[in-house]
Amino acid sequence: MIFRISRSCFSSISVKLPSFKVHHLELDQLPQTATTTSAELLAYYKSMQLQRRMEIACDNLYKQRLIRGFLHLADGQESIYEGLHAGLTFDDCVITAYRDHCIALLRGDTPHQIIAEMMAKQTGSTKGKGGSMHYYKKATNFYGGHGIVGAQIPLGTGLAFAQKYLKKPNVTLIMFGDGAANQGQLYEAANMAQLWHLPAIYFIENNLFGMGTSIDRASANTKFYTRGDVIPGIQIDGNNVFQVRETLKFAKKHCLEKGPIFIEAMTYRYHGHSMSDPGVTYRTREEVQQQRKTRDCINYVKNIILENKVADEHQLEEIDNTAQNEIDIAVEQAKVDPVPPSTELTTDVYVDNQNHFIRGILYKDSILPKSQ
Amino acid sequence: MQLLRKVYRFGSTKHRFASDIKSTNRQKMNLFQAINNALDIELGANPKALLFGEDVKFGGVFRCSQGLNEKYGTDRVFNTPLCEQGIGAFGIGLASVGYTAIAEIQFGDYIFPAFDQIVNEAAKFRYRSGDQFNCGSLTIRSTWGAVGHGALYHSQSPEAYFAHTPGLKVVVPRDPIQAKGLLLASIRDKNPVIFFEPKALYRNAEDEVPLDDYELELSKAEVVQQGKHITLIGYGTQIRVLKEAAKLAEKDGVSCEIIDLQTIYPYDGQTLVDSVKKTGRCIISHEAPQTCGMGAELSAYIQERCFLHLEAPIKRVTGYDTPFPLVHEPIYLPDKFKIYEAIKQSVNY
Repeated sequence: MIFRISRSCFSSISVKLPSFKVHHLELDQLPQTATTTSAELLAYYKSMQLQRRMEIACDNLYKQRLIRGFLHLADGQESIYEGLHAGLTFDDCVITAYRDHCIALLRGDTPHQIIAEMMAKQTGSTKGKGGSMHYYKKATNFYGGHGIVGAQIPLGTGLAFAQKYLKKPNVTLIMFGDGAANQGQLYEAANMAQLWHLPAIYFIENNLFGMGTSIDRASANTKFYTRGDVIPGIQIDGNNVFQVRETLKFAKKHCLEKGPIFIEAMTYRYHGHSMSDPGVTYRTREEVQQQRKTRDCINYVKNIILENKVADEHQLEEIDNTAQNEIDIAVEQAKVDPVPPSTELTTDVYVDNQNHFIRGILYKDSILPKSQ
Repeated sequence: MQLLRKVYRFGSTKHRFASDIKSTNRQKMNLFQAINNALDIELGANPKALLFGEDVKFGGVFRCSQGLNEKYGTDRVFNTPLCEQGIGAFGIGLASVGYTAIAEIQFGDYIFPAFDQIVNEAAKFRYRSGDQFNCGSLTIRSTWGAVGHGALYHSQSPEAYFAHTPGLKVVVPRDPIQAKGLLLASIRDKNPVIFFEPKALYRNAEDEVPLDDYELELSKAEVVQQGKHITLIGYGTQIRVLKEAAKLAEKDGVSCEIIDLQTIYPYDGQTLVDSVKKTGRCIISHEAPQTCGMGAELSAYIQERCFLHLEAPIKRVTGYDTPFPLVHEPIYLPDKFKIYEAIKQSVNY
């Protein structure tokens, strides 16, 4: 596919960043603009479309009962994940909660692996044993994927400690939501991070609701970027991929020189908390539609592309179709994959897999331990 | 009727078994409606009763607190932020100054941030203060057990962790009628009680539940089905599975006695011992993993007292010693086939 673009791939386009809100920092330390190129814009657009299409495909699969259990979709928040991918490297650790499909995608899993995992198939990212909330990737330092709210925060702080101890030029991005910001373990972890100057970025995805509870009904202080007390904080527009990227670059520099930082990214999720939440009992449909019309992160990049004549509508539509096609193929493949065998029930409990007798649903399908 | 309710506990009747309740004033309810009814009665009868937890105000994610905020107001039925340790500790504090604190932990799997507060504070409050203080009017309600698709963090049965802590009581109902009576008894018991509600039964279990204010005795097990040849012990959702296994065994001429433990700790050992002395064989079944589960405790207790009466070793049919799995749930759970097989092995020993 060759795009006829009016500028060369390498000429830069300047994007003005929205304003920041800061806590224990000076505004002039932060950039006012970001530079990008045509190629980069198209890459962001394609990647975010792929994320969006993947999440919608999972929604459909859940309704067809091919994905079961608990499913938390992140459509509407793609720019955060794209921004973290652009602002950090694979040597920086990332740890997050259960809204993790898009991060898994950006940290190296294919759509097929991700969808297969949700369908609990053997070909999934974690052998079909984790499901929607438990994606991990050792090769790219993605530490998951956690079901218990807030549990990933002290864990991530430990990762940052290890990085500092081993004198690595890397940081740990610890992601959690506005609801998790009221967990005591955040403050324990943040205190340790500040005391020992750990390279930890505490990244709050503020989508205004913790399940069905709005932020002002759950938090006494809704300025989450200030919740680190003496730890510096920045509030940004999470739906602006450039602001996320530039802030993370700044944060990385800050962490490696000084210590932890809090970043609050304002964003919005189009789906409810999970598939069992229609998402309109605590907010109006009009509000959701308004967010889609005025603050959609993919449309933001699309407008820049169109304004700068990087590509036209038709070319963007082709990108959309390519992304959709990729997801469709992944879904079809995942549908025919097998589930993990019964032996996987008792593997990976400990380092050495002990031999167990596993009774199958029918006795004849039982698995005997090797010693017998 | 309203006047009777306001004179606290005058209107409440205490029973040993649900079958003792002679009331004809009944309504068809499922488990969450029975729990809702119990909470409604307590909030109405006791002005110092408070119900709180995550999302209880709008009715709760399982509808257990439906309508209660509208009826009793936000100073009696209210939401907490997302902080289990805070909820547990807050409940202990409230109870220690005489309020009836009914704290809800949305899923039993999430109770662990509050574990320190429950085990180190709630359970030892009375003991360490020489009975000057106590948090007896605390009840922690939490959901419990497998639900078909819950996987690792929405299916756990954590009763054994709390049964290992003297100072606490742990209760698991099997049906709506038991749930209402046991919940009211738990709330009114002057000791901290953890009340686990089987989430799989919230909509599936239905019964004609008496509308009166009644309590069922704690620390009393119930013989759900009389039998001659073997004793099957379980609680919560597992009672249904035991009944189905017993039906399979009946075709072989084996008559099974099924006992619902009801109060996990302190449990009614006497009923278990009486039954095993009669039958000579015993199987204990629960969803929780085998090692150090309730099966282990009850086996030890029963064999100490029934050694010479036992015709076969006591068997435990439980979940495997693994985390609760994702897609392997049907293989993991102790289903009727596994129990039937254990019955056959025991009878043919």
